[in-house]
Amino acid sequence: MADSSALRHKVAIVGAAETTDLGVLPDHSVLQLHAESAFNALDDAGLTLDDIDGIATAGVSVAQLTEYLGILPRWIDGTAVGGGSFLIHVGHAVAAIAAGYCDTVLITHGESGRSRVGAAAPARSPSQPPGQFEAPYGVAGPPTMFSVPIVRHMQQYGTTEEQLAAVSVATRQWAERNPRAMMRDPITVQDVLDSRLIAWPLHLLNCCLVTDGGGALILTSEERAKDFPKPPVYVLGRGEAAQHVNISQMWDFAEWTAAAQVTGPEAFRMAGLGHADIDHLMLYDAFSHTPIYAMEALGFVAPGEGGPWFAEMHSAPGGSLPVNTNGGGLSYTHTGMYGMFAIQEAVRQLRGEAAAQLPNVHTSLVHAPGGMFSATATLILGNE
Amino acid sequence: MPDIPRPLPAPTPETQEFFDGLQRRELRIQRCNACGRGYFYPRPFCPRPGCHSRDVAWITASGRGSLYSYVIAHRGHPAFEAPYVIAVVELEEGGRMMTNIAGLDEPTPEALPAGAPVEVVYEEQPGGQVLPAFRLTSAAGEGAA
Repeated sequence: MADSSALRHKVAIVGAAETTDLGVLPDHSVLQLHAESAFNALDDAGLTLDDIDGIATAGVSVAQLTEYLGILPRWIDGTAVGGGSFLIHVGHAVAAIAAGYCDTVLITHGESGRSRVGAAAPARSPSQPPGQFEAPYGVAGPPTMFSVPIVRHMQQYGTTEEQLAAVSVATRQWAERNPRAMMRDPITVQDVLDSRLIAWPLHLLNCCLVTDGGGALILTSEERAKDFPKPPVYVLGRGEAAQHVNISQMWDFAEWTAAAQVTGPEAFRMAGLGHADIDHLMLYDAFSHTPIYAMEALGFVAPGEGGPWFAEMHSAPGGSLPVNTNGGGLSYTHTGMYGMFAIQEAVRQLRGEAAAQLPNVHTSLVHAPGGMFSATATLILGNE
Repeated sequence: MPDIPRPLPAPTPETQEFFDGLQRRELRIQRCNACGRGYFYPRPFCPRPGCHSRDVAWITASGRGSLYSYVIAHRGHPAFEAPYVIAVVELEEGGRMMTNIAGLDEPTPEALPAGAPVEVVYEEQPGGQVLPAFRLTSAAGEGAA
């Protein structure tokens, strides 16, 4: 059995920052969002671009990014499987740094999801599997694809629209505490149910935002990590998997199989931690149902208990296990590949610099899909 | 119906038989001779974990299945009139496919219980290409597509 526990705590995040502004940024191209994120993270770490010898990104090609930044890294990773790609980059960077492939890795995200400045046109060939087997039936982006499994979860477990709405409500309560969050007005379950239908069972307020922005991370070895201005955030565990592209080919519509069987167990095993050791969760919330699936697949609640757990507001301010404390993709920001922002909030909480700072946070678990539950990634981070 | 055509599929050599079958109003899928189960979409080996046999054969499916899951799309699509149902059907022989649910005047969750039996109907697109849709079996005879 593969065992990565020797790499636990060997690499740390020593720089982390988002673009100076988030939201609607029509004066930034995609590449400049990457660059601004990179410079902000370098400033955070007290480094310059010339200190970077490894780079990873998704959304733009690594080669395009190296050209734009003017660097010649000795290690590159262009894994691009959607919003969770950056979690996977962190896991890959741990191995690369531990192996001696490079010393200092920069991971960048930038996306003009709303303004579409310098963004690639989404291109799908009619002869690729999605073009042959899904596009002809009227799927129109994530709201009509990512959502397709939900009815199966409702049928199997009795998950309700009210429970889905509760995820949005609890997440908004965190956003109310974060001045950088785009949507900060309080909402109720009824507000969610009254918002217009997008793709039943999803209403508008069950869906993430569409914004512009970016974020970047800098990682280096445990030995060097204490020499930086900010306290190190150690990578304790990671897991990654890929399963399908077409949502119709997801193995089980009521279970996030890749998280339950691969990424969750792998991250916990590498970290040497159990569920009770986790203080804080960042669960990628493209839509209200993704955190429910994540809670169940990662084993924080039993299958079918995710909906009731959120409805009881355990994830909200004052709850037993805070989830998505920045306001999430539902209320903070969602550029398209939100995973980078989930990591950023985990780092802020572990450094003690979050807008809605929790007391006594020593560990944070970050979990994300890429595509439509297509790829999956889990990270466990810690500050001790 | 909106007069803009849907994004139509372009077959590859591995999937051609499925699309040729649709033109004949036949649902051609593949079955694995090793594990005995049907699967979708076409490829010359069984995609089922734990099997992956390359001993597979084309069969004509019954066209019957069950409604595995779905959404009712309420936002506009250039080729579809909202609301419309994007469904995943589990075929009787095995395998799941995305499709649409035909024969409903006004799709509602109440009319579409998960697990409901469905059967294939064939919808000819502008230009002549035929694509599968499914209708609730209980509604057979009413509003055929």
